[in-house]
Amino acid sequence: MSDTTSLIFGRLGWDALPFWSMLTDHSWLSIINGVIATGAAGMVVLGALAAVILVTWLGKWRYLWSEWLTSPDHKKIGIMFIVIALVMLARAIVEAVFMRAQQAVGLDSGFLTAEHFGQLFTTHGTIMVFFMAMPFLTGIINYVMPLQIGARDLSFPVLNQVSLGLTAAGAALVMISLVLAPFSIGGWTGYPPFTELARNPGAGVDYWIWAVTLSTLSSTLTGVNFAVTIFKKRAPGMTLMRMPLFTWTALCTAILMIFGMPPLTVATGLLALDRYLDFHMFTTDLGGNMMNYVNLFWAFGHPEVYILILPPFGIFSEVFATFSGKRIYGYKILVIATMCIAVLSFTVWLHHFFTMGQSAHINAAFGIATMLIGIPTGVKVYDWMLTMYRGRIRLSVPMVYAIGFIMLFVLGGMTGIILATPSVDYQVHNSLFLVAHFHNMLIPGLLFGMLSATNFWFPKATGFRLEERWGYRAAFCWIIGFMLAFFPLYVLGMMGMPRRSVAYFEPQYVPWMIVAGIGALAILCALLCLLIQLWVSIRDRHTNNVFAGDPWDGRTLEWSTASPPPEYNFPVIPEVHSLDAFMTEKEGGRAWRVPDHYGDIEMPANSVMGVVIGLTSLAMAFGLVWYMWWLVIAAGVITLAAIVGRGFVRHTHRIISADEVRTTHERWLERLRQTAPIDRSREQSTDNHGRAMPPVEGAVQ
Amino acid sequence: MSVSGRIEHFLRQGSRYVLLIPMLLLSGCGSDMPGFMNPQGPIAQAQRHHFWVVIALVMVVVIPVIIQTPLILWRYRYRGHAVYRPKWDMSRWLDIIMWAVPLLIVAILGVYIWRQTHELDPYRSIASDKPPLEIQVVGYDWKWLFIYPDQGIATMGQLVIPADRPIALELTSATVLQSFFIPALGSQIDVMNRMVTKLHLEADHPGRFEGKNMQYNGEGFHHQRFITRAVEDNAFDAFVARTRRQGRPLDQDTYAIIADKGDNRETARALGLDTSDTDAVIRFSQVPEGLFHTIMGGSPIDWSALNVAPPQLGTTRTSVVQTSESDQSSSSESTSAAPESSEPESAESSSPSHERKEAQP
Amino acid sequence: MSQRPLALPRPQARHPGLNLGADHAHEADSREEMVFGFWVFMMSDLIIFGLLMATYVTMLGGTAGGPGPKALFELKSVLIQTMLLLVSSATFGMASIALKYQEKRRLVMWLLITLALGFAFLFFELRDFHTMFEKGGVPSRSGYLSAFFSLVPLHGLHVAGASVWLVALLGQMAVHGLDAPVKTGILRLGILWHFLDIVWIGIFSLVYLGGLS
Repeated sequence: MSDTTSLIFGRLGWDALPFWSMLTDHSWLSIINGVIATGAAGMVVLGALAAVILVTWLGKWRYLWSEWLTSPDHKKIGIMFIVIALVMLARAIVEAVFMRAQQAVGLDSGFLTAEHFGQLFTTHGTIMVFFMAMPFLTGIINYVMPLQIGARDLSFPVLNQVSLGLTAAGAALVMISLVLAPFSIGGWTGYPPFTELARNPGAGVDYWIWAVTLSTLSSTLTGVNFAVTIFKKRAPGMTLMRMPLFTWTALCTAILMIFGMPPLTVATGLLALDRYLDFHMFTTDLGGNMMNYVNLFWAFGHPEVYILILPPFGIFSEVFATFSGKRIYGYKILVIATMCIAVLSFTVWLHHFFTMGQSAHINAAFGIATMLIGIPTGVKVYDWMLTMYRGRIRLSVPMVYAIGFIMLFVLGGMTGIILATPSVDYQVHNSLFLVAHFHNMLIPGLLFGMLSATNFWFPKATGFRLEERWGYRAAFCWIIGFMLAFFPLYVLGMMGMPRRSVAYFEPQYVPWMIVAGIGALAILCALLCLLIQLWVSIRDRHTNNVFAGDPWDGRTLEWSTASPPPEYNFPVIPEVHSLDAFMTEKEGGRAWRVPDHYGDIEMPANSVMGVVIGLTSLAMAFGLVWYMWWLVIAAGVITLAAIVGRGFVRHTHRIISADEVRTTHERWLERLRQTAPIDRSREQSTDNHGRAMPPVEGAVQ
Repeated sequence: MSVSGRIEHFLRQGSRYVLLIPMLLLSGCGSDMPGFMNPQGPIAQAQRHHFWVVIALVMVVVIPVIIQTPLILWRYRYRGHAVYRPKWDMSRWLDIIMWAVPLLIVAILGVYIWRQTHELDPYRSIASDKPPLEIQVVGYDWKWLFIYPDQGIATMGQLVIPADRPIALELTSATVLQSFFIPALGSQIDVMNRMVTKLHLEADHPGRFEGKNMQYNGEGFHHQRFITRAVEDNAFDAFVARTRRQGRPLDQDTYAIIADKGDNRETARALGLDTSDTDAVIRFSQVPEGLFHTIMGGSPIDWSALNVAPPQLGTTRTSVVQTSESDQSSSSESTSAAPESSEPESAESSSPSHERKEAQP
Repeated sequence: MSQRPLALPRPQARHPGLNLGADHAHEADSREEMVFGFWVFMMSDLIIFGLLMATYVTMLGGTAGGPGPKALFELKSVLIQTMLLLVSSATFGMASIALKYQEKRRLVMWLLITLALGFAFLFFELRDFHTMFEKGGVPSRSGYLSAFFSLVPLHGLHVAGASVWLVALLGQMAVHGLDAPVKTGILRLGILWHFLDIVWIGIFSLVYLGGLS
């Protein structure tokens, strides 16, 4: 390669194309893997092309730009976060199916190369944690939390755009790595010295480092934004102990993000210094110490677990209360338990590496600390059961996910306690038992939570319900698929099968692997059902319309406004007098009153900052991966200029006049009055337009 | 094989497995299940015990959820006629029970864990009337080297240990992080370059157990396996004698081949050995003293500084001084290390390794 | 329009530098939000420095035969850097007082002095690094030096970033005058500046004094 080309393209060469190795190596294994990799790359390219063509054909570029990409509206940013999460979810599930297929035929060999398999489990883990779970929960909190506390937007709407831009850039980087391969094979944890330059000189680990770093920065900023919003922007009268439980968990998650993300930034940053500037932080030679990485990583990793699981706890708290037509049992206890979990989550990170040869005192202490977390978690589970107790339970789709969660999550909790027992952990650590455990926490916990939330709040966001028939199918596929796919892994782990093995040599593993493979197919079906559900819902959007905004007889403030809510959320900021604010209003007959007075509303103006920072950070990361230094410098300069330039902008707000607010609101109130309220038996019928029968003596009709 | 042929092969294999599923699922938990559910040593046995104790204790909290959730769902269903109290949200007694029961269980578990963690600490030697056999383990990309310092020999691909006698392992890695694990015998432990970790294991009876690396370390990770063969004492002595006789010395050239990336079989092939047997074992008749700690140190090995002599019968190791030239001449006879099949070796003449062990200070 | 909670007491404490007046209640509230947000962000940044310091302590032994603190550090220069940074904090304090009383000329003067002190600090720090490099103290030499160069220059980078921000704020002041966003900006920059001072005292005690003791 000439000097000019390497100046422009860095180390990017033709061999980065996924089909390149297929052209040089004609063995059947190489060809199969080349075809799979090329297919995946083709999907990325075609998907991007299709999106561009579709938007052009519909003539929606201007709409996309002004209504979405530059919008500071927390609701739209939330939805965009969720869209990223769903796209990445689809990719990571397909990867999981490939891995399960490989292992189902993996006795002795299989159809994937070890390198390809390594990339699959690394991207699967990285995507699921950083580009599925994090954007999904960030999106849901973004959408729901300001509505629940009676706010018009987050504290820092433009910062929110930047968070979205950074996450999108990280996700795009992972997608680009399919076309300009390879990605890391170091696992989502990226332990050095395996990921050091000496052992892995290629671009893969660098892709991983920068994708993860972008996501981490995004989450830190998001955490700051959420925490400040909850502390400073609550409606009048909404004291901390009147906040809905979902907001409470959002607050805990935000605090965990603020304190839990920096360790990962440090870990990946130092690893990058090792790889780019020949530092010796984690190398084996010259005094480096890889155990520092492990400690830093898990000082992030364990709070991260609770960042992922607390918002679903909040979601399920809302879902159980709403669909049992009853107050949440033990609100204060649940708040205390949430805080306990958040604090304790910083004290247990060492249980991720009991086997590193610490003294028994340390291991035992961290094992016991880990079990302590089980106490508030167990209490929460019982609180949810007691919320259903003496209620009138409607088994709607969010509720099916919630039930699946509660039954499966306790099993995951049990295996968690097993893993927290150091003496037993020495047997099941690094095995498929561990893989089964954290999937048992994250699929029924996080993912069911997110899907439950999607079914629960979708009508709020769009104005129409998600179709229930396909919703049930998806939920059942998820539950059954999860059980089929992961219970066998427990057994395999007990038989000593290491995680991340492309192949194995024990015939006893085969039947369990095949069952797990069938489970993966069921999960693929679940994904298809979700897509069909979305499609059917959009098709039937007029019949399932719930414009009045309260399709489930909700309890909290977000149900008191229109569906979809106006840009400013509330025409007049509500006053809060109790927990379950909206339910209290409905009980007292004070819901949907015409306000005495409307005021001008000041909303943040559109801004290009999110798009600019997203693009420059993507360019910078891409340049760093392939050593295109000119790109890094150019992107860095533009970033700096954009941030400085933003400081000079004074037109950061726009005013919506009181008259406009009044007209919109009173038109909606008029339509609402003409709508017949329905009782809960017709909740899933086309009669449901979002107005619930008023409760009699607090009892749902 | 052509692509289509290969696919056909997979399909055929797959259909065979499908037929096997029900049968194997039934027998899966039975006696042929590998791992600690079928323990072959005191450590694994204790671990299995702990496993079930923890499950039994946690079940106190889990079972009510699993049983009561469906009952509540049915009893308080929307169209049911059970009592409905939408404002009931607090019960002091239930709260006390809810906190007390898990607290109590965690307290019991805490005491239990504290004790068991200390008892099963991998660094703690196993109580026995026999002295432990010391073995040094080095992890490479993607194979293990087992050095028997007292015997002055080493093997790869197969770890031979005497049954019913504690084994004291010292472990390090010549490359990246790995995790050494023999599921049927007991704990796994991480191995890291520049660090030594320790592990104590024991096999109750003679037998063959799988050993593996649990921590992913690259393309050949799944090949980083070995057979652990627990044998009677006299068979172990025979193994030592045979290794001394048939092995090749672990010298600089050999070491360079070992340190290369590759799994056990590839290394055997590179050493010019027959690899038709899956359990290809590589034997080293002589190992330089202190090699383990030199590898652990991470810097390039200075072979001239290492003492390459095997310990002699009845003498202490420090008293043996031999030049490296004489080593090479004495080892030239035994370069044809043959991969060994699994047949028992008890027929071979036993060397008095035990006496030597005891003669040492 | 003013949206204040009925049940919540109106926060009485105002930031001394804001002086937006009683009739700007809503403005003051939204500004307070920004300052609070910046505090929260600083907490996150503090974690980064804390972790790097902890890592540094664990790496003290990892000199791998390379030069250690005694061979590399020059206490005189570090002392000068410390004094420069401490004085710059004091001058920033003077700038804050000028901000409170809306004295624009004095504000600009104090800010420029602060900036100059910041640049002087950076100059001495870079000179120190240069001397270290000449003595063979490069990050690629040992784990210890890597830990040093991941911690101390990060602080320097923060100072450089804060200086850029200061220049940007002066620019904003030139364009828009001393309006509310500029005031909040100076307030937040002040938090960062004093924060970097505190971090430096940590570095000075832990890295330099600790290393030489």
